[in-house]
Amino acid sequence: MTQSVVVQVGQCGNQVGYRFWDLALREYASVNKRGLYDDATSSFFRNVDWRWDECAGLTLASLNPQAVLVDMEEGVISQILQGPLRELFDSAQLLTDVSGSGNNWATGHMTYGSVYRELIVDKLRKAAELCDCLQCFFLIHSLGGGTGSGLGTRVLGLLEEEFPGVSRIVTSMYPSAEDDVITSPYNSVLAMRELTEHAHCVLPVENQSLMDIVQKIQMVAHGAKPELMVRRNATLSSGQGGVHEVEKPFDAMNNIVANLLLNMTSSARFEGCLNVDLNEIAMNLVPFPRLHYLVPSLAPLYTLADVNAVPRRLDQMFSDAFSKDYQLIHANPKQSMYLACALMVRGNVHVSDLRRNIERLRPSLSFVSWNQEGWKTGLCSVPPVGHSHSLLALANNTCVKLNFMELKERFSKLYRKKAHLHHFLHVEGMDLGCFTEATSSLDSLIEEYDSLDATKDQATPDPLRLRIAT
Amino acid sequence: MSVVTVQLGQCGNQVGQELFDVLCSDALAGHRKTYSTASCERFFHLTSQGDLEARAVLIDMEPKAINSSMTKALKGGRWRYGEASHFSQKQGSGNNWANGFCVHGPRHKDAVEELVRREVERCDRLAGLMTMMSVAGGTGSGVGTYITQCLRDIYPASFILNHLTWPYGTGEVILQNYNSVLTLAHLYQLSDAIVVHENDTVHGICSRLLNIKAIAFTDINRVIAHQLGGVLQPALTPDSNGVYSLNPLGELVSALCCHPEYKLLSVSTIPQMPSSSVPYSSFSWTGLLKHLRQMLISNTKMEEGIDWHVRPPPASGRIRSVAGSSFNTSLANLLILRGKDVYCAETGNFEEATIYTPWLSPAEAFSAWKSPIPFNKYEKSATLVSNSQALLGPLEDIVRKAWNMFASRAYIHQYDTFGISEDNFLDSFTALEQVVSSYRELKS
Repeated sequence: MTQSVVVQVGQCGNQVGYRFWDLALREYASVNKRGLYDDATSSFFRNVDWRWDECAGLTLASLNPQAVLVDMEEGVISQILQGPLRELFDSAQLLTDVSGSGNNWATGHMTYGSVYRELIVDKLRKAAELCDCLQCFFLIHSLGGGTGSGLGTRVLGLLEEEFPGVSRIVTSMYPSAEDDVITSPYNSVLAMRELTEHAHCVLPVENQSLMDIVQKIQMVAHGAKPELMVRRNATLSSGQGGVHEVEKPFDAMNNIVANLLLNMTSSARFEGCLNVDLNEIAMNLVPFPRLHYLVPSLAPLYTLADVNAVPRRLDQMFSDAFSKDYQLIHANPKQSMYLACALMVRGNVHVSDLRRNIERLRPSLSFVSWNQEGWKTGLCSVPPVGHSHSLLALANNTCVKLNFMELKERFSKLYRKKAHLHHFLHVEGMDLGCFTEATSSLDSLIEEYDSLDATKDQATPDPLRLRIAT
Repeated sequence: MSVVTVQLGQCGNQVGQELFDVLCSDALAGHRKTYSTASCERFFHLTSQGDLEARAVLIDMEPKAINSSMTKALKGGRWRYGEASHFSQKQGSGNNWANGFCVHGPRHKDAVEELVRREVERCDRLAGLMTMMSVAGGTGSGVGTYITQCLRDIYPASFILNHLTWPYGTGEVILQNYNSVLTLAHLYQLSDAIVVHENDTVHGICSRLLNIKAIAFTDINRVIAHQLGGVLQPALTPDSNGVYSLNPLGELVSALCCHPEYKLLSVSTIPQMPSSSVPYSSFSWTGLLKHLRQMLISNTKMEEGIDWHVRPPPASGRIRSVAGSSFNTSLANLLILRGKDVYCAETGNFEEATIYTPWLSPAEAFSAWKSPIPFNKYEKSATLVSNSQALLGPLEDIVRKAWNMFASRAYIHQYDTFGISEDNFLDSFTALEQVVSSYRELKS
């Protein structure tokens, strides 16, 4: 079993990360009834109980998450250290400062990046050394601010330098159009260049989409018809059953992202008849190195209390995962072209259900001509907590280009006027060149998606095969 | 006398476990001492405590599938895998043939060879080696090919049979076509015979013949195990002089793979029905063989939806163009009959020259093996192992899709990282186009 290390940077990154650890514990507790430290637990947690024996069982004090927590402000990490999960973390895994990055990518990337470079590398190295077989780094951050965006991408670069053989899967929170941070377009575009260059794959998530999903769940959970009674602890946004009981405002949204990560790694951690290891995800979904932005969607969002509803729900789950309301970014993949798609199924689902649904949905989807059967499938027998089955769809789809174009538009609005630019340029190591490089990187990325899109719906003839002389 | 099986990757290990299950229950069923001894000797090692240990080595680059197969075998209680007969790592091959072939294979060559050597040494006489793997993933395909290469080097005089599982045509792994092309092209030089099962076909058998509503991979694997078991269990061959053949793999290879260009073998079994229906059904050899022959020539993989309009071309004049494109020409066929009244079975309709390619006489092209012992609860059953154009269609599909993807150079960087370049791909494509062309030419 391989291990993964989670690196959470910035306020958003740490809040999502915190939800992730809480839900991971809840999941392991429900799967691992005897409370013994096993292979599956070792993917994310280390066993630190020196008195460990078969009978002692899993207690919070004996598990240490394989994580590094970085923030340039103390607020979020202090809260973590005062909350119920405080026993989990070791101070050696934490890196904090006091003044924050002021929503400035340059401050995060250049200033703090240089100041803390050695310390960060040291902490990462310590975390890596404690792993038996390190397979993957999960980076969680947001793009709109300064620390997550700037320092986070600096950490990404360091991960590539120091651990070139280890995968880097990045979960990035993209700012919505109504984001309250004015400089978020700058921060995002500057960060995106780093993501395109240094990440193996990126899971973009938008706050607005998460909010819509949470509202949808609440509508069904609190209103609607009596026969649609929702099991409260079985919604995607529920943290119930975790250690942390009181729900804070962003918790529901962050839980969704935490579930995304749990579902993505489930097949690597738990048994199943068609396993999907972490390295298989990037291998199958990234046809060209820079086109590694995977649109995530999760279904179902909630489980109905009525057990009789189960059979219809299975096919509905597949349909939902492809509907635009279930995507974690504002996108409609059905209207664009798929380069590749992964279906990671958890729970009591058979291969015939999977094949049937693929055949059913395939005609309504548009795949690129050279990957008409571009499906990567995985079946894991362990369902997530509170559900009997679930589906995570990761789509490498050209619809992301629309999100990038919108981001570019918001960036240009500010850049044209040179608004707030001086804050960035004052930072040592930063100059206009960084901006132009970042924009041209984004432009060429959009163009690559565009040229693939242009082949959509075109009847491309098969390329001529090799001819054998008979 | 004994066959050593190497199970590679998740598929190889899962199918292998089901195969040994079938072999063991068939061997131990009823009071058939000679058959039972022959079968146990062939596939199992009897430990000093009287337990049956499968003559198998389990290889995977990550531990979950092996653990699950070994546990399942133990739970069944009738046989088990050797405690030390497995090798796994922590991190898989990532569905990348190059990672399996160029990195994991060489890295773990010594450990795997040692395990196989130990199994081979426990055999009184080695009938040959069989590998079981899928072609879609990274370990089965890449490491499997590399290990086949090693085994070929270490045991140059032994027969090597490769059992391959081909993935669903509608896509199970995105890189499946690349991995399949690379595997088949390399194996063609190394293997003596390549026995293929396609997930699509077996899925069809599960749903239409066995009436299974919710088909799981266990069901698929059980059908494959049943068909393979029908091929591998002891039988009386023309060369075996009244006793169960001591050289099953050798005889299979010489019956079917007389030409190095033609190594792809498909398997059909008749009857296949839900086990609840078996006690209420009775069969005649005439009926079974008639259906099986029509399945062969019309290229239908199961006894449902057979096209009875397909006929072999008229013998006179050898005007093949009249035959119609749906006729499946065979190079060679091996019919294995098991069960009651097997010596009364008439196999004449498989010996007609019109169903074979002209440059091999029916006497050379057709072989029949028989066993009076019923197999796996069927009173009468017939298995046909065929070297024919049956796999031409699926093979062409794989090559076409892989070529389309290659033309756009998608994913090539993933293979390049591990040491397989565009040139390696081109070599493999060339080799397979040659195979495709040879099978297509069987018509003339």
